[in-house]
Amino acid sequence: MSESHLELSGVDIEFPTPKGPFKALDDINLRVDRGEFVSLIGHSGCGKSTVMNIVAGLHQATRGGVILDGREVDQPGPERAVVFQNHSLLPWLTVYQNVELAVKRVFRKTKNRREMREWIDHNLALVHMEHAAHKRPDEISGGMKQRVGIARALAMQPKVLLMDEPFGALDALTRAHLQDSLMDIQADLGNTVIMITHDVDEAVLLSDRIVMMTNGPAATVGEILSVDLPRPRDRLALADDPAYNHYRHEVLTFLYEKQKKVESAPATARPETNQTPPAAPEPARAATGEAGRKARETTA
Amino acid sequence: MNLSLKTPGAIAPVVNLVRGENRREQVDILFRTFGLPLIGLVVFLMIWAGAAAKIETSLGQFPGPTQVWHQAEALYASHVAERDKAEAFYERQEQRIAERLADDPDYEPRIHDYPGKPTFFDQIITSLITVLSGFLIASVIAIPVGIVIGLSNKLYSAFNPIIQILKPVSPLAWLPLVTIVVSAVYVTDEPMFDKSFLVSMITVVLCSLWPTMINTAVGVNTVSSDLLNVSKVLRLGWVTHVIKIVLPSSIPMIFTGLRLSLGIAWMVLIAAEMLAQSPGLGKFVWDEFQNGSSNSLARIMVAVLAIGFIGFLLDRGMLALQRVVSWDKSAVLR
Repeated sequence: MSESHLELSGVDIEFPTPKGPFKALDDINLRVDRGEFVSLIGHSGCGKSTVMNIVAGLHQATRGGVILDGREVDQPGPERAVVFQNHSLLPWLTVYQNVELAVKRVFRKTKNRREMREWIDHNLALVHMEHAAHKRPDEISGGMKQRVGIARALAMQPKVLLMDEPFGALDALTRAHLQDSLMDIQADLGNTVIMITHDVDEAVLLSDRIVMMTNGPAATVGEILSVDLPRPRDRLALADDPAYNHYRHEVLTFLYEKQKKVESAPATARPETNQTPPAAPEPARAATGEAGRKARETTA
Repeated sequence: MNLSLKTPGAIAPVVNLVRGENRREQVDILFRTFGLPLIGLVVFLMIWAGAAAKIETSLGQFPGPTQVWHQAEALYASHVAERDKAEAFYERQEQRIAERLADDPDYEPRIHDYPGKPTFFDQIITSLITVLSGFLIASVIAIPVGIVIGLSNKLYSAFNPIIQILKPVSPLAWLPLVTIVVSAVYVTDEPMFDKSFLVSMITVVLCSLWPTMINTAVGVNTVSSDLLNVSKVLRLGWVTHVIKIVLPSSIPMIFTGLRLSLGIAWMVLIAAEMLAQSPGLGKFVWDEFQNGSSNSLARIMVAVLAIGFIGFLLDRGMLALQRVVSWDKSAVLR
């Protein structure tokens, strides 16, 4: 593929603070192919969500930019649908109406009333939520809400599906269940997905590539790991698979040796207020950056 | 304790008691729902009666509960009597017109209004009409303005000081201004409204605008950023954004504002009516004060209790409306 599907080039972002601009991201470069599943992993506060917000168009990069299918991203839009961490369903609408709001917005010119209804039902069926179509979000469980959030995003027929720690707030069993569902759906639809996670198993199980980010401030892409495991992937079979465990080990090594989190850092610090000193020594970062570029070239 | 208009909830323990389900628990619930408020009422009446007996005024002894009750009955009786008289008056009139028409088919009948004085209950109706129309106008202005101000941080910063300064202004300060402006501006040959009605209504509007406006603006301003992001990703238009996202999530704050406004409107109205001599409960109180008969104090007490009770009912009405409008049926409203 000569021209990439989605490309982030030289993305920097600075947030204004009373003490002057705070550089949260520094020179993020990433190319994502059509139908690829990419995970962003890193310690909390490293700017993973900021990267995703830039791709979504919710934040504007200070320098550099994002190009999707040859067009620069300068505002949010349904072709880059977002699954938010806390589902973000409108609590006053039913499950059906929540999806309908998105469908009406995206297909108001191309689908008639009946087609829209079928499309909504189809997307609810994809996430196995058709039985609760007329319930309101406060009447269903957290995992179900997240399913509806995914259905809403899928119903927009996005070019890129952005997921911000979609399963972070769920219990382990529900999470595993939803991961399997997501893999099935992605196998069917072939969506391009960018998912933020802090769960190593989740990243290895779901991704084609794992983008590992260095610690902030001025976080950047540390290493990129290609996960060449055959699909469909089965979590039980993979548990004892040496290749799987090798990838897992790679990610863990990056997170806990190369990018060891400094404990004095405030755990809940926002990018704007994060005063953490640089966690990793500069040379290490340059080296990992180099490795990352290589890894990318091998898969491109 | 939620003493709302939910009759089924209040009756449930009685039904359960009759059925014989957990006798002790049901009796306990009944005691809390009805017994305790009743005890509170009795204690209050005793304190009132005791204190009233010790206050000697120029118009005789301060009325206790019994005198006030008698005056309430008297007011009701005079209301009924007045109604009968009015009915008889119209009947006589109709009869006379019919007789006259029989003699002279070209006669164009004119119906004269009954010239009698408005009764206590007429005054209540007048007050309610005034307060509700004032409150309605205030809400129709305040909610849209609040939404527009709340959507923009800049507009909010620009207008917030003005609202904060106008909010605590007493109705008695507005009243002279409103009176003079209405006399100057509202000049027509066939007035649709009484000037006195307009004066007290506009005063109510001026005082009850602010709580709704501020609360709406704050409610709109604090819509969860996740929902705002959803709206941005969907690229919702301004109108859809307001209708689908902003309004539903600020409904609780809007209603808090509306309830505050309605309470203020009712308080302001009584004061405005007293001072402006416009018909209504306030005028009733003022007239009784000027009248100074031995029954006046008791009658004023009747008005005081009626004002309190109506204020309470208005608030409960708003709460019931909020239950209907609100999407969150599980929220505890009190």
